[in-house]
Amino acid sequence: MISLKYEAPSSLGDAIALLARASGTSRVLAGGTDVIVQMETDLIEPDLVVDIKKIPDLRGIAMENGGFRVGAAVTGMELTDHQAFCEAWPGVVDGVKLIGSMQIKGRATMGGNLCNASPAADSVPALIAAGAVARVAGPDGTRDVPVEGIPIGPGKTSLRKGEIVVSFVFPPRPAYSGDAYLRMTPRTEMDIAVVGVGVNVTLDAHGVCAAARVSLGAVAPTVLLVEEAGAALVGSRLDAPALDRLAQAAAAACRPIDDKRGTREYRIKVAGVLAKRAAALALERARQNP
Amino acid sequence: MSRKYHVATMVNGDEYEYLCEPQQTLLDVLRDELMLTGTKEGCGTGDCGACTVMVDGTMICSCLMLAVEAGGKKIETIEGMAKGEELHPLQRSFLELNGSQCGICTPGILIAAKALLDRNPDPTETEVRYWLAGNLCRCTGYDKIILAVLAAAREMRGA
Repeated sequence: MISLKYEAPSSLGDAIALLARASGTSRVLAGGTDVIVQMETDLIEPDLVVDIKKIPDLRGIAMENGGFRVGAAVTGMELTDHQAFCEAWPGVVDGVKLIGSMQIKGRATMGGNLCNASPAADSVPALIAAGAVARVAGPDGTRDVPVEGIPIGPGKTSLRKGEIVVSFVFPPRPAYSGDAYLRMTPRTEMDIAVVGVGVNVTLDAHGVCAAARVSLGAVAPTVLLVEEAGAALVGSRLDAPALDRLAQAAAAACRPIDDKRGTREYRIKVAGVLAKRAAALALERARQNP
Repeated sequence: MSRKYHVATMVNGDEYEYLCEPQQTLLDVLRDELMLTGTKEGCGTGDCGACTVMVDGTMICSCLMLAVEAGGKKIETIEGMAKGEELHPLQRSFLELNGSQCGICTPGILIAAKALLDRNPDPTETEVRYWLAGNLCRCTGYDKIILAVLAAAREMRGA
């Protein structure tokens, strides 16, 4: 950190221009709960930090085309205090609530959680299950990228130079929809997921699953969208055989590491178990949401 | 050398101005420039909560905020908790019920506990434990801490 520069532009265009023309290492600063830790522990030595919290586009929670649009720099506390969002997407809120302590949630953002590109990020499986889209702005304009298209490996994203995730766009919520996120950690708080599962289901008027998305965290280099696991639920009433098929599909998709926090076998087993529990919780919420 | 940034901010109701380097954290500046050493450094990476302060009404780890970000913000630290000689009910409760042992975690825990009681004057024991999950006590005096917070909450409610 020989000559670090800090900029806090108030417009998206200025932020993109700063990042696009920067030489050396630059970082976007939202809540700083990963970036500042990486700076403090000398993992990164950026030449430029662009604080995006003064850009209005990144800060609000609004309705757009019947769904929510959430600024990428909205903090965890702001999101979990937003009653209408909590009612619409309790599973996304489950994930955000697990990001660190209350102090961390006072600063941490979903945009940062996604762009830090940890396979164990707690909000990301829930965002992917929700079918959320990241609205990305850069020197070549704006593009919409499904959330699962952003991380490409641990700490790596598909964002191009100068690009910023501006907001998350959530689809309109049909009747009888519910979502859930569960994670396994050795401790109940202040820990990193050994496995995380996001499930989002929509039932028809007869209680049959019309659509389902399942996403797994911490069992592969990136958070996974597991289409086979969602397909295992569609057409069912999420009864025991359907949940068994879900668990098998979830376990089959795992390519986990083996480390002190969870062996490979353990993570694969737990992925199936947690997927069933998350699906049961999503089902319960969907039934209460006519 | 990085250039220095001029920052004007409000701490415990007083106006402060300082010059900081961009990599300095709010914790560094509170302790080393403004000499407000009540806020403690534990881990320096957001895990322990010893450096907890309020910024615009939200509690954060001051080790995970750059000092340059504090321009125009309202910051509250442990130094602002007592009104002159009169301790806050939480501070009195921690004294009376031995909620503090070595004391390093205490300022952060008091700030966090006050933030909880400002939002929820009647928390359950479980709610207190979860709210304070980000405040570590190396003396492991958690039971007395929780009891002290619950006792202060009762007193503040007039119950």
